[in-house]
Amino acid sequence: MPSIGHDQAKRQTLWQQIHIDLPLLFGLLVLMTLGLFIVYSAGGQDIDLVKRQVTRLGISLVVMFAIAQINPLIYRKWAVPLFIIGALMLVGVLLFGHVGKGAQRWLDLGFMKFQPSEIMKLIVPIMIAWYISQYDLPAKLRHIILAFILVLIPTLLIARQPDLGTSLLIASSGLFVIFLAGASWKLIGTCVGLASAFTPIMWMFLMKDYQKQRVLTFLNPEQDPLGSGYHIIQSKIAIGSGGIWGKGWLQGTQSQLEFLPERHTDFIFAVFSEEFGLIGVLALLLVYLAIVMRGLWIAIKAQHAFTKLLAGSITLTFFVYVFVNIGMVSGLLPVVGVPLPLISYGGTSMVTLMAGFGMLMAISTRRRFIA
Amino acid sequence: MARRKRVSIRNHSAEANLFARRAFIALIGVFLMLLILFSNVYDLEVNSYEKYKTRSNSNRIKLLPVAPNRGLIYDRNGVLLAENKPIYSLEIIPEQTQELEKTVDELALLLDISPEQKAKFFKQLRSNRRFKPVELHARLSDQQVALFSVNQHKYPGATIEARLKRYYPFADLTTHSLGYVARINSRDAIKLEEAEKSENYAATRNIGKLGLERYYEDILHGTIGHQEVEVNNKGRIIRTLSSTAPIPGKDLTLTLDIELQMIAKRALSGKRGAIVAIDPRDGGVLAMYSNPSYDGNLFVHGISSKNYKKLLGSKDLPLINRTVQGYPPASTIKPFIALTGLEHEVVTPESRIWDPGHYQIEGVEKKYRDWKRWGHGWVNLTTAIEQSCNVYFYDLAYKLGITKISDMMAKFGFGEYTGIDIHEEADGILPSVEWKRARYNQNWYAGETVSVGIGQSFWTVTPLQLAQATSILVNKGEIKPPHLLKSTSQSKAGFATNQEVVQVPYQVGDLPPITLKHDRNWLHVLDAMHNTVQKLGATAHTAFKGTTYDAAGKTGSAQVASLGADEEYEAEKIQENKRDNAMFIAFAPYEKPEIVVAVAIENVAKGGGATNAAPVARQIMDQYFGNRFIKSEDIALHPHHNKHHTQSTSQGGQ
Repeated sequence: MPSIGHDQAKRQTLWQQIHIDLPLLFGLLVLMTLGLFIVYSAGGQDIDLVKRQVTRLGISLVVMFAIAQINPLIYRKWAVPLFIIGALMLVGVLLFGHVGKGAQRWLDLGFMKFQPSEIMKLIVPIMIAWYISQYDLPAKLRHIILAFILVLIPTLLIARQPDLGTSLLIASSGLFVIFLAGASWKLIGTCVGLASAFTPIMWMFLMKDYQKQRVLTFLNPEQDPLGSGYHIIQSKIAIGSGGIWGKGWLQGTQSQLEFLPERHTDFIFAVFSEEFGLIGVLALLLVYLAIVMRGLWIAIKAQHAFTKLLAGSITLTFFVYVFVNIGMVSGLLPVVGVPLPLISYGGTSMVTLMAGFGMLMAISTRRRFIA
Repeated sequence: MARRKRVSIRNHSAEANLFARRAFIALIGVFLMLLILFSNVYDLEVNSYEKYKTRSNSNRIKLLPVAPNRGLIYDRNGVLLAENKPIYSLEIIPEQTQELEKTVDELALLLDISPEQKAKFFKQLRSNRRFKPVELHARLSDQQVALFSVNQHKYPGATIEARLKRYYPFADLTTHSLGYVARINSRDAIKLEEAEKSENYAATRNIGKLGLERYYEDILHGTIGHQEVEVNNKGRIIRTLSSTAPIPGKDLTLTLDIELQMIAKRALSGKRGAIVAIDPRDGGVLAMYSNPSYDGNLFVHGISSKNYKKLLGSKDLPLINRTVQGYPPASTIKPFIALTGLEHEVVTPESRIWDPGHYQIEGVEKKYRDWKRWGHGWVNLTTAIEQSCNVYFYDLAYKLGITKISDMMAKFGFGEYTGIDIHEEADGILPSVEWKRARYNQNWYAGETVSVGIGQSFWTVTPLQLAQATSILVNKGEIKPPHLLKSTSQSKAGFATNQEVVQVPYQVGDLPPITLKHDRNWLHVLDAMHNTVQKLGATAHTAFKGTTYDAAGKTGSAQVASLGADEEYEAEKIQENKRDNAMFIAFAPYEKPEIVVAVAIENVAKGGGATNAAPVARQIMDQYFGNRFIKSEDIALHPHHNKHHTQSTSQGGQ
């Protein structure tokens, strides 16, 4: 009996030695494989597109594997310098940034172009988790207020670029840390109340016309079916016409006949729903749920407040991707540029996401060494 | 150290619990949000499935209309009068052509395409989808088609498109009866919209504008077909899903005889006038020709403004269909007045009057002159018709009074549309007390009745009405409304097949016959008309000398300009457009009439109906009764060369 137990321990350590969390990896690989099939269908059956996606997925997996080898506690030491460098780069983007697709997101380093906001998706939760975990939990109000301010700095800088999707993701990654750190419900309630009170003021004074237009289009896409409403209308038609069983792989007329715009990137969920129907959607959502559950499980099992908070934030932020993307594609949320994680073609966010999963794996496989 | 560690451990487990609680709450949040996402997708894919499926299909499925082939038109002997001829256009699909400019230049050189056509092509190209063809040349000649076909391999993306175009092989010979089709204009479109026919015309370019093409538009047009295709977001056709073939329009077989039309044209050559020939047994129109005519083909693809101005500006008014325009009937009306006199017993066949050369109403100074200055002497009904004695009919009309005349004439269809199957008909004027009051708000004067007796005083009748009235006369009151359509038949896919073509005969509406007190009165009048042709010295005798058939008729010469009381009419001395019109009505054979002919010739240089119109009617009848100038076999074989043919035979015939 002990020998068996010893063997089991040994086998576990085999994967743990290379810092891979098997259930999590399995879930990710399922999504990636599914994603390749849908990209093939959505991209007009272009095999080159699929090859490029495979390359990108390979790079992402390597990055994940590399990050998984780093002891997460090291981030704690580097949190402040990383945050400061990141924030400076965001300022740099605003000052000297490269303009692409109407927004300043890229920093040209000479040998490569670089998107600081992507790195910040990881630095912000590290920073907030470090800051909060210095003190006892539940976090005190003054710590929470300072943490808020720390979240607000990169959020506003990125919103200025403007990149609403990323700033939303970064804000939520910080807020999740605060939530998981035990911010009182009273405080949460007050914040929600304030936010709703602030909305009309934001609408009247802060939002730009094009942003208002987006919200209006979201509320009533049929108002301008060939203009601003076209994306969302075609997307809803694609989803709705899929029915329970879907039209079948490569059979989606909305996507194959190119009525659906951005079908292999942000709107890939519509292609998936059209071709695989409600049953496919249910399966996809369950895979995402499984990954989120595994991530939260890793967070609960983590043995340090910092890693708990970091793992929890990474997991919940991953879910925000899923929710915002599916929500906007199916008409529940206004259109913001957030890809469907691990399914959508391309996007720098893929590497960042997988780096985050690398951290999760590092946390998962180092439980017993952290004490 | 120990204390701190203890605190830290206690802290740690409490924190772990707190964190686990929060993580669990977060998981519930995640679960709820997934539920929201799922229920939203459920709503789209299950509850609104039908709606979105429909919208998805309307995105990708387009119905392409396919125009039906227009029904063909044949004459009574099966000679094709209106057909659908393929025309060829040269089109280029931009995306299939590598060097567009070079290709166009080379094709322009090869096919002699003008710079204007090239400019039009490039202008059209700019607003065109790359996969949709652009027209470079609208109508290629056979030679150009052949030239292109040989070189086609050099020009990928360039293709020849065939379309059907209406073609009238007999050109001006049939225009006034057949009419023509032309491009649907905005007025036509509105009319189609109102009649809820727009859908059926979605793919149709032309519509009947005149004549039979217009009258039988609904029958000739057919029913639209559809091709259901799948398109992508740019409208490119991906594949055909299904198609419904169009139902071609029905073919028309006419009562018209193209050989008679040719004779009519030749007989009227150089004159302005009209001929109508009717078969009195069924009302079928055998010939209907108005001279001068024009080529209806000019209108099919849009007439040039130069040509149109020429037609509009011509002094001979070729656009007017004279067979259905009003002329004063003149003496051709006398048989009908005579019948009215007999019916009202104002005269008997035997009663006679003295014609001194003029007529006077008692107590009135004005003299109504006879055409024969010294008069006809004693005349009765028969001799008055034979000699076309005016005084007899002045007297008869005066005795009858206008109302009795107009009532009887109305029964013969004067002043009314005959109801022939073309829309261009005029109703003419039948003078009556009511008419004059309505038209001029004046009373009728008895003096006007006198001239009515010889077919003057406001009267206008169309040659068609004259033929129709004559037809009623020879049928002894039985009315057969005139018509051009003999039967309709459904051909397969626009091509006439010998088998299983069901001819649906033209339905003639029943009109109550004219009944007289004494049937023999018909015979008195018809007999007088017979004499007019057959009796030596009668007015139409010369014109019908030596015929193989037994004809009857009545001449007429209508004054166009009124003369003063003592003015002498001399054709040579007055303006061309004020000269007399020559009129003639005839039928044959006398015993069992098969053909009725009415002729009107405007402003004849010399003589009247007897010398101008009667010989024309005779040519028609000669042709009809077999003394043929044109052989039908030749026409049937070479309908396109009819002009040439007519010329050569007419030379031979003279």
